[in-house]
Amino acid sequence: MQKLKLVMIGNGMAGVRTLEELLKLAPDLYDITVFGAEPHPNYNRILLSPVLAGEQTFEEIVLNDLNWYAENHIKLLLGRKVTKIDRKKRLVIADDGSEAEYDRLLIATGSNPFILPIPGKDLEGVIGYRDIADTQMMMDTAKTHKHAVVIGGGLLGLEAANGLKLRGMDVTVVHIGDWLLERQLDRTAGELLQKSLEDRGLKFLLPKHTAELLDNGEGRVCAVKFKDGEVIPADLVVMAAGIRPNSDLAESAGIACNRGILVNDTMQTYDPRVYAIGECASHRGIAYGLVAPLFEQAKVCANHLAQLGFARYQGSVTSTKLKVTGIDLFSAGEFMGAEGTETITLSDPIGGVYKKLVIKDDVLVGACLYGDTADGGWYFRQIRENHNVSEIRDHLMFGENAIGDVGHQGADKTANMPDSMEICGCNGVCKGTIVKAIQENGLFSVDDVKKQTKAGSSCGSCVGLVEQILISTVGGAADVKPKSEKAICGCSDLTHGQIRKAIRDEHLTSLSQTMAFLNWSTPNGCATCRPALNYYLISTWPGEAKDDPQSRLINERAHANIQKDGTYSVVPRMWGGVTNPSELRRIADVADKYKVPMVKVTGGQRIDLLGIKKEDLPAVWKELDMASGHAYGKSIRTVKTCVGSEFCRFGTQNSTQLGIDLEHDLFNMWSPHKVKLAVSGCPRNCAEAGIKDVGIIGVDSGFEMYIGGNGGIKTEVAEFFVKVKTADEVREYNAAFLQLYREEAFYLERTVHYMQRVGMEHIKKAVLEDEANRKALAARLQFALSFEQDPWKERIETPQLKKEFDTIKVVQLEEATV
Amino acid sequence: MNWLDVCDLEEINVLGSRVIAGPKGDIAIFRTSNDEVFALDDRCPHKGGPLSQGLIYGKRVACPLHNWQIELDSGEAVAPDVGCAHRHHAKVENGRVLLALNTAEKCA
Repeated sequence: MQKLKLVMIGNGMAGVRTLEELLKLAPDLYDITVFGAEPHPNYNRILLSPVLAGEQTFEEIVLNDLNWYAENHIKLLLGRKVTKIDRKKRLVIADDGSEAEYDRLLIATGSNPFILPIPGKDLEGVIGYRDIADTQMMMDTAKTHKHAVVIGGGLLGLEAANGLKLRGMDVTVVHIGDWLLERQLDRTAGELLQKSLEDRGLKFLLPKHTAELLDNGEGRVCAVKFKDGEVIPADLVVMAAGIRPNSDLAESAGIACNRGILVNDTMQTYDPRVYAIGECASHRGIAYGLVAPLFEQAKVCANHLAQLGFARYQGSVTSTKLKVTGIDLFSAGEFMGAEGTETITLSDPIGGVYKKLVIKDDVLVGACLYGDTADGGWYFRQIRENHNVSEIRDHLMFGENAIGDVGHQGADKTANMPDSMEICGCNGVCKGTIVKAIQENGLFSVDDVKKQTKAGSSCGSCVGLVEQILISTVGGAADVKPKSEKAICGCSDLTHGQIRKAIRDEHLTSLSQTMAFLNWSTPNGCATCRPALNYYLISTWPGEAKDDPQSRLINERAHANIQKDGTYSVVPRMWGGVTNPSELRRIADVADKYKVPMVKVTGGQRIDLLGIKKEDLPAVWKELDMASGHAYGKSIRTVKTCVGSEFCRFGTQNSTQLGIDLEHDLFNMWSPHKVKLAVSGCPRNCAEAGIKDVGIIGVDSGFEMYIGGNGGIKTEVAEFFVKVKTADEVREYNAAFLQLYREEAFYLERTVHYMQRVGMEHIKKAVLEDEANRKALAARLQFALSFEQDPWKERIETPQLKKEFDTIKVVQLEEATV
Repeated sequence: MNWLDVCDLEEINVLGSRVIAGPKGDIAIFRTSNDEVFALDDRCPHKGGPLSQGLIYGKRVACPLHNWQIELDSGEAVAPDVGCAHRHHAKVENGRVLLALNTAEKCA
């Protein structure tokens, strides 16, 4: 097939990110040509300030070196500025006369610094702050000259001023507004910031209007004159008074522009062959100047260019961070506060801390933090995910730590941690390693960090910390997204939600059918997507979709837990944690016969036989003559009980029997993640029902049900769900809730995270308020379980299934001399 | 090369594997979705996990212990991980899986 021709004008972060995404989706669809006006390959523009400040070098901020272009067969034309787009001939012409034809054109020309239209603006020593050349010039000037004036007290201006000061210049910042960063901060925070920058030796003039730049007689700037008549010396003037989308080229080609190139939700311009992305594009009236939204646009644009067409860009909530080392500043969303909003403020001018949270209709819509930004990432997530904060409102100001977090997923103060602090306890990765990997490899997402450093790739409890480090290292460029918006894995661009929906709507019943229908980019997926797809299929179409053992991880294939030495642990089911002498004898006999190195009691009231060889598993199961305990699965695990009213002098309900009944109700249930229950017979709650997926506490008048608890990685207390009168009601409500979870949760989403995502209201509506729906849910669970049988029994009885456990003997091997 | 007759191809599941007791420890034999077979020492270069128990996709296997991705044809770990599982020769002839032990070739 003849390849299509894709031409990209502009070689910056947004454009190249689009190409990267496109190459992942459709590596062979296009012949790609890139025109870059600068003589450099794609570099990380947001790290120019650390370069200016002497904290990094140019080489360190290159994102895609020349080899990358070569390896991907991209024709790169550097140092060439495109001067004309001929849309009729579908031709792009550059200033050196070189041309390129296109089938699709991607305009990613970025923006230009806004140069004040004042006398003297063209003098030598007057520059914008945009690219490597500007940065180099500032660094050179700092060696030979003394006085620098930065016009504009925004993010870029302050970063430039800070860098020039560190390079030894005497720097004055001139700002037209009443306080610094008036687009990011309110007045109080702006004044705190100014004070701390003044302490570092920067000077400020504000509000102040620049009138003219004066010539030293040789064509170089020597002073700045203001409207009030004041004159200050200036050997270097940096204009940082804003940026203008660079849309001239598009406009001259007749493409509709209005403060940026107008694009729709698939990043196409008025001419559908022509896409625009990044700072030059105006989407729904907004031209974004921060890198995170540009990356979202890149994903959508690539998706459309790859002819998939299911992604849509709907605008972004943005956050910013000032990259001046030692100053913590973070803002996100609508932090200024408008009509209909409420604000909560914490102000400690002496301690240098100021925080403002803006709430609208019980949802956090904006945050502005100065001095202590540790919770920035967490607030940003709240804003993006539209969580209702009414219940945590009184703690909101104190961050994630205050919301009962005893684990360390959340807001520990990563910014203040030393580099040697261990972040990932599973893989022994410390903060310094992560920061270094982010900077040297140009990482923007937690997944990238996981891949590169292994931090957060095992148990996942430190992912929150990794996310914070990412945010504090690259600021607004961090690609932090909730799971509901993330692609399932590298094999597809679809989210878990989109995949679940497609499987249901299109009645997809097999893995190969699903992958084909959804355009999977790999022949048979990977270790991340296959188990998820397999679960979605069997949970959506019980009895129709066939379980694929090869798409299950080893524990669920061997029906035992693999241990570090390759042996397995076996946990037989003890309904409700109740056993008897003959079971115990059999367990003891098996332990003797197979020389089990350790017999241990588990947290879920079971007995665990550790260190069993794989080939012995079927025999062990047979001799135990007990059902599978599913201690290895994303499935029902255990129902923990107390002895209840049968024996206990405090017991009000027969918790043991209810636990046994519930465990029978759920036997063989596969679920998005593991599911644990507990039943206590009185409010003393000896079965610890408060940290279970479903916890039941018997009281004199009936049963209280709690859902969404978790005792693992991060302790989560279950929330009160409903109070019912009878044990039968408990069983029905329990089945309905867990079926809802099975149908709606994403793979590997525990009940607590599912609940946080969909909200308690949604669950109550489906299970409590609608009786018919509750009964239907419970019936669907029963239907699904009618196809399942005890996996141990199945493997003992079916020789074909047993072969997986046998080693192949090769006769000649014993004779072969090696 | 000294080819040893191992088993019928159908004795190995598609995208599955079997274990052969080798002279120097277990050898894992893998079958891909297009019926190619590969053989590696059944030890992940990372912490010695039994690769035979991993999930197989494309021409790779994900180690069951810590999810290292190992290339079946070379034994090399996929970047950023570094390491190599010792490789043996394997092929299918007339529906039979054949194995030739590789004692000389060391990992790169």
